[in-house]
Amino acid sequence: MLRPRIIPCLLVHQGGLVKTQGFKSPKYVGDPINAVRIFNEKESDELMVLDIDATVTHAEPNYALIAKLAAECRMPLCYGGGISSAQQASRIIDLGVEKVSISAAAVSNPSLLGEIARAIGRQSVVAIIDVRKRSGLLAKGYEVCTHNAQQRHKLDPVVLARSYQDAGAGEIVINAIDRDGELTGYDLDLALKVRAVVNVPMTVLGGAGSLDDMSKLFECCGVVGAAAGSLFVFKGRYRAVLINYPTAQQKDELLAATHFRP
Amino acid sequence: MIRLVDYGVGNIQAFLNAFKRLGLHVERARTPQELGDATRLILPGVGAFDHAMQLFNLSGLREAVETMVQGRQVPLLGVCVGMQMLAGGSDEGELPGLNWIPGRVRAFANNPASAKLPMPHMGWNDVQILPAGQNLFAGFSAPPRFYFLHSYYFEAEDKAHVAATATYGFEFDCVVTRGHIHGVQCHPEKSHHFGMGLLKNFAER
Repeated sequence: MLRPRIIPCLLVHQGGLVKTQGFKSPKYVGDPINAVRIFNEKESDELMVLDIDATVTHAEPNYALIAKLAAECRMPLCYGGGISSAQQASRIIDLGVEKVSISAAAVSNPSLLGEIARAIGRQSVVAIIDVRKRSGLLAKGYEVCTHNAQQRHKLDPVVLARSYQDAGAGEIVINAIDRDGELTGYDLDLALKVRAVVNVPMTVLGGAGSLDDMSKLFECCGVVGAAAGSLFVFKGRYRAVLINYPTAQQKDELLAATHFRP
Repeated sequence: MIRLVDYGVGNIQAFLNAFKRLGLHVERARTPQELGDATRLILPGVGAFDHAMQLFNLSGLREAVETMVQGRQVPLLGVCVGMQMLAGGSDEGELPGLNWIPGRVRAFANNPASAKLPMPHMGWNDVQILPAGQNLFAGFSAPPRFYFLHSYYFEAEDKAHVAATATYGFEFDCVVTRGHIHGVQCHPEKSHHFGMGLLKNFAER
């Protein structure tokens, strides 16, 4: 059977790997290439690497780093950060990367996903939606953010996810800003709402604190991607840096214990 | 030497990276001359069927590859859309395929058993090895897992050519073999030790 994907998500900031909390206070956790090597050894299902500087500093994607990551990476690699044109996306794919992820540029230019899909095939186009719960006395629902949650948009993430699929995205990643680094579990309500409206593969990011949280996600949403940052780079309550990933046996046990939604 | 048929489609770099890790000498071939000394060929491919066939037809490489594979019996491995090109044709396009392994490429979306599943079929799936896969999967103990990313699947006419199957709503032919010609729908270059094992078997057997 098709297995749900368990995906480490690594953030690149000033050349190093960091982990954030609520998209803030980046903590240095190591060297990107070294981390890729460790996840190779652990045979992770996929890897997502996001450059969190490129969009806010208006920088080009760091092609030298991407080439090094792709040469080292023995599993499918998704790269995001600063991609705003089909030309940039093609160049990244040519370096040996499987998928590119687009966030801010898709919000400001709705036709971009289609343009990139025509250049590299929609199976390689991932749209990431950063989502925050509206705060305030009368606020309800969610809002979409970009630029490391510094810019807010009056968009409904569920409607946006569907429009991204229709525009050419081959995968939707839903990233819950409020849960980032919290280790308290995924926002299952949000995940299910998005799952209900999209038919492309979906990946959920933000909040995973244990494999059990991932199991809950699969029970709720079926075979989807479960991505996590802190869970795979920290150990223990003091957040000591220790890159880790479940073994093949642990993943088999996790699947056996999961009652998949039919 | 193994040559990657570089007709402008497919993730050439990912294969170069994978074979480098295996310590095997592999180079890309952009011209018939560069294909000349090859003892093995890899035909990659991604994207739409017609786009890949058209570029292959126009690349100037097709005739040379045909001569090598049909005449000199040089082993060939088609990967992803490169595998689909081995069929007679595809529901995705109009152009004829190479027809080296009789069969047709069908859409998951048109099969009632898979139509309601998320599309594309993407992720790690278990692969069931059949007797025709004994060489490509030599040395594999437990049923392997491979990474897939596709919306169309190969339907072999002669089930004796099916080397392995996977299940996405129904059991489909994910690896095909006819003599020295092989096709894999999954991505061995991104499938950890399972993929490395398959590429090594292709290179050395």
